Order: sequence, then structure tokens, then C-alpha cells
Amino acid sequence: MHMADALISPAVGATMWAATAGAAAYSIKKVQSKLDDKKIPLMGVMGAFIFAAQMINFSIPGTGSSGHLGGGLILAILLGPYAGFLAMASILIIQALFFADGGLLALGCNIFNLGFFTCFVAYPLVYKNMIGKEFFAKRIIIASMVTAIIGLQLGAFGVVLETLFSGKTELPFSSFVLLMQPIHLAIGIVEGLVTAAAVSFVWKARPEIMEKAALNQALGALPIKKVMIGLAAIAVFTGAVLSWFASSHPDGLEWSMFKTSGKEELEASGNIHQKLAAIQGETAFLPDYGFKAAGKIEPTEEQTEKWPAVNGGTSLSGLVGGMMTLLLAAFMGFIINVKNKVKKRSE
Amino acid sequence: MSNIVNAMYNIRQFDELARRDSLIHRMHPLAKLLATLVYTVLLVSYDKYATIALLPFVFFPVYVAAAAKIPLEPLLKRLLYIEPMIVGIGLLNPLFDHGTVVVLGYAISSGWLIFLSIFLKGTLAVTSALLLIATTGMDGVALSLRKLMVPKIFVLQMMLTYRYISVLLEEAARTVQAYDLRAFSSQRLKREVWGPLLGQILIRTMDRAQRIYDAMCLRGFSGEYCIGKAARPGWKDIIYVMTWGVLSAAFRGINLPLWLGNLLTGAGK
Repeated sequence: MHMADALISPAVGATMWAATAGAAAYSIKKVQSKLDDKKIPLMGVMGAFIFAAQMINFSIPGTGSSGHLGGGLILAILLGPYAGFLAMASILIIQALFFADGGLLALGCNIFNLGFFTCFVAYPLVYKNMIGKEFFAKRIIIASMVTAIIGLQLGAFGVVLETLFSGKTELPFSSFVLLMQPIHLAIGIVEGLVTAAAVSFVWKARPEIMEKAALNQALGALPIKKVMIGLAAIAVFTGAVLSWFASSHPDGLEWSMFKTSGKEELEASGNIHQKLAAIQGETAFLPDYGFKAAGKIEPTEEQTEKWPAVNGGTSLSGLVGGMMTLLLAAFMGFIINVKNKVKKRSE
Repeated sequence: MSNIVNAMYNIRQFDELARRDSLIHRMHPLAKLLATLVYTVLLVSYDKYATIALLPFVFFPVYVAAAAKIPLEPLLKRLLYIEPMIVGIGLLNPLFDHGTVVVLGYAISSGWLIFLSIFLKGTLAVTSALLLIATTGMDGVALSLRKLMVPKIFVLQMMLTYRYISVLLEEAARTVQAYDLRAFSSQRLKREVWGPLLGQILIRTMDRAQRIYDAMCLRGFSGEYCIGKAARPGWKDIIYVMTWGVLSAAFRGINLPLWLGNLLTGAGK
């Protein structure tokens, strides 16, 4: 359920970065004020544990397939929501960097979807209420199940909304929701079962760990309202500022050109333009080929509306130019490689 | 099991790549992070139909990979793991976008353009992020995060997570192997052992955290994790960020392939 860079727009990416940074800053403040040094290695090592646990495949009864642990909920249960959120953020940063699971720009979205909803919504509102003051094996299992499912459903819905607002894909909202939510219901059940099994084992084997974790709201009780209001403010502000830049008319770049030059697109004019045109006439090795072939095809109304830049002529130029660009890039790589080798030999 | 081994191998491999020496490796980590971020933001700012206009963005990863002497194989392998997800989402587009465009006289669904666009953006963004870690390493990333005023406690905790991933992966691998040897079964864990197996590792993990903390205290830990001293970014670093920032912005602003194509085919005179 990791978002990829390719699916989000800069405005959505930046908004979610801002929201995530806000939540992280608040968590850091909370953790710092209540933390003894001891918790730092625990947070680190627990993060590493979740990372390792995600690699273990569990068979899913009756299906023949396998699933793995997500981990947000275990972190929240054992470390508390703030430290849990921070540990989840570290895991996702390391995954983004080493495994390319979700890109750099999408990192904000991913931390929010997988960390925020589990630690700051599902855990305090569902798990804490269901588990009550005393631990019972059954209660632990049911609470973990329900919380894991709700947390993951919220996260999946987050993915849908972020994708929708980015507008990089044509998937209609309803189809995307119908695709995402049921899949994540199944994943949520597995996550819930594994979490419940692990947590109840720990509770049976070493009850003091669970009790300590629960008492050790040393890491702070959760004033959820305050966090939500702050985040909403950040998100709305960033979203409003950025969506203006990101809207297509004018897009940010055109807008800044318009501001600096008074024109939306810089017109090439005067001598340079004429000279370039002359050079172009001489260097063209496929003169006018594309235009004559393509001139016969009249673009329909829909296609002009959908992608105004495309017509037969520009598409050939585009393809030829695209090939040239790739060749140039490959040539650059080749030259640097040769240079490296020559340098190595001379050393 | 193979999952775990793969993950360990992968982390180790990128660690080793990051320890090499090259022009790019010697750059300030912050410069590399900023250049990659600017590049990514401009890359994903293209609209959903952009395809050929994106191609100049190939220059950056090619330059970094070549100048840093990063072998292509590990990069391509990682890309192959990630690509199915990008392709999966992309492939749905031709079904939902019913517009048509004409390319070289053939009418195709404009959904294919979206697919191609998502594929290109995904591949380029992933490659540049992988190159960042392959030339910078985790210490470098931590260093640049500190420079960006990310609080110490977060960076410290992230570094500890990173440090202990390999340790815990090995522990998980040993545990799963022990189970496999006794269970004569597939590599998947049966439901009865979910709790005991994961719980065992979890308890051991927490005990380990305690031992680590004790060891850190004995060595004089006082909440400070020394990542190393960072040199101040020099003029080379500034030029690097500026060059790639300006180039990326220029590629974003001018449709270079179209311009080149026009030049060669003589169209658009």
C-alpha cells in the first residue's frame, strides 16, 4: 500500500509532507519531554524488529496464500502512539531509500497513511477503548483485530484520496475505492491476526512488558483533538497555497514566467529565432516527413480536448526528439565511463 | 526465508556501494539530497499525459550513475521488484480513459499515454532515490537530516533502527530456519506458531534493547549519537545543486525532445 512518486502531484506530496512533519514534530516534543534515555534504543530496536518481521511469511488459513505483519499497531501498543509513530516513520524512510518502496516525495503520504492512522486514530480511539483497564486474552485478540482492520481501511482510503487529488491517473473514485478497500480488508484481517497472536503471546509469557507499556503512558496520553486541529490547519494552508501553483491554468512555471516576463510562454523572437530556423532547415534529415503523413488525419474534438499538444506532426518530431534525447543521455554516460577508465589506467 | 536473505543482501550491497569513492560520493550529502528532491518534484509536476517531454529527465540518473561508477545490475534488480506495482496501477488507465490520440497516424487510447507517463515517472523517481542512497549511505542521510534541523532524537532513533535491522533480520532468519528444519513443511508459518514465533523474537528484541542500552551507558552514552563531523558544503556542492536544479527546471520548461525533433525533421518551421 506504499504510494509511489509517479502517482502523486507535487502539491499533494508537499501537503502530506507538511502534515507528516507536523505530526512528527509534535510526537518528538511529546517523546522528548517524557522520555528516559532507555526508550531510545527500545524505539530503534523495535523499529528494526518490525522491519524484520515484515519479511516473515505467514500462511493464511484456508487460502493457500501468505501475508505479513504491517507493524504500526504493535508499535503503538508497545511504545505508545508518539514513539510508535516515530519508529514507523524511520522504517518507512529506510524502506524508501533502500528498497524504493514508495518514493521520496511520496514519503509524507506513506508515513501518514501507515503511521498516523494506526497510531493517532485507530490506536487511541479504538484499541484503548476496547481494551479497557485490564488485560484479558480475548479482549487483546478482538481489540487488535478490529483496530488493525480500521487502521488499514483508513490508510487505504488515504491512498485513494491522495491519488484522486493528484490527478495523475484516470481511475474513477468509485472503482478505485472498490478495488482498495476490500483488498485491505483482507490484509487488515491478517495483520490483526498476526498482531493479536504476537501481543497475546507476549502478554502470556511476559505480562510485565505489556503492563509497563500500558502504564508507561509516560509517553503521553493523547489529546487527539489538538493534534487533529493543528494538522488540519497545516494541511489546509499548504494545500491552498500549493494547489494554486499546481492548477493547470496557469501552472506554477507558466505563472512565474508570466510574472517575470509578462507572457505566459516566452516567445523566441528576433534574430536568434530566425537563425535557429535557418539552422533547423539545414540540419533536418527528415524534412517535413511527419507533417505530410499526418496532415490527412483530422483530430477529433475529443482528442484535441484531451491532449491538445498531440497531432501527427508533433508526434513524429516528439518520437525522433525523444530518441535523440535518450541517445544523448546514453552518450553522456558512455563518455563519463570512458573518462573514468582512462583516469584509472593513468593512476 | 528468501525474503529475509534478500533484504539483508540488499542493504549490505547498497552500504558497500555507498562506501566507494567518486566525485559524487565526495559531494556533501545535503547537496545530493537537495538535488534529488528538486529533480523529483519537477519530475512529478508534469501532467498525466506527458511522456516524451519527460525523457530529458533521464540525464540526471545517467550522470549520477556514471560519475559515481554505480553498477547497473543492482539498480535494475531493485527496479524489477518495484515495477509490477507501478505497472499494475498504470495498466488500469487504458480501461478508464476513453480519449484517443493519434501517434504517427495510428489512433491509440490516451490511457496508454497515462500508463507510459506513470511508468516513466515511477522508474526515474525510483532510480534517482536508489542512486541517492547508493552514493550517500545512511550516515550521510542522517547527517543531512541533522543539517535540515530534524531533531536529534528522531535521527538517533532512525540510525539505531538501521543499525539493528541486519542483526534482527539474522535473528528472524535463524528462527524461521529452525522452524523449517523441525516442521518439514513449506516456508510459510502455520497459524499455531504465529504468536509463539513472533512473540519470541519480540521478547528477545526487547531484552536486546535493554542490553544495548546498558552497553551504551557503559560507553558514556548521554543522548548523543556521533554520526561524524560534516564538512561545510563547499562551492562544488553549491554548483552541483544549482546545475541540476537549473537543468531540471529548464527541461521542465522547454520540451527538449520536441525541439530536437523539430530541428531534425524540419517540422514546425
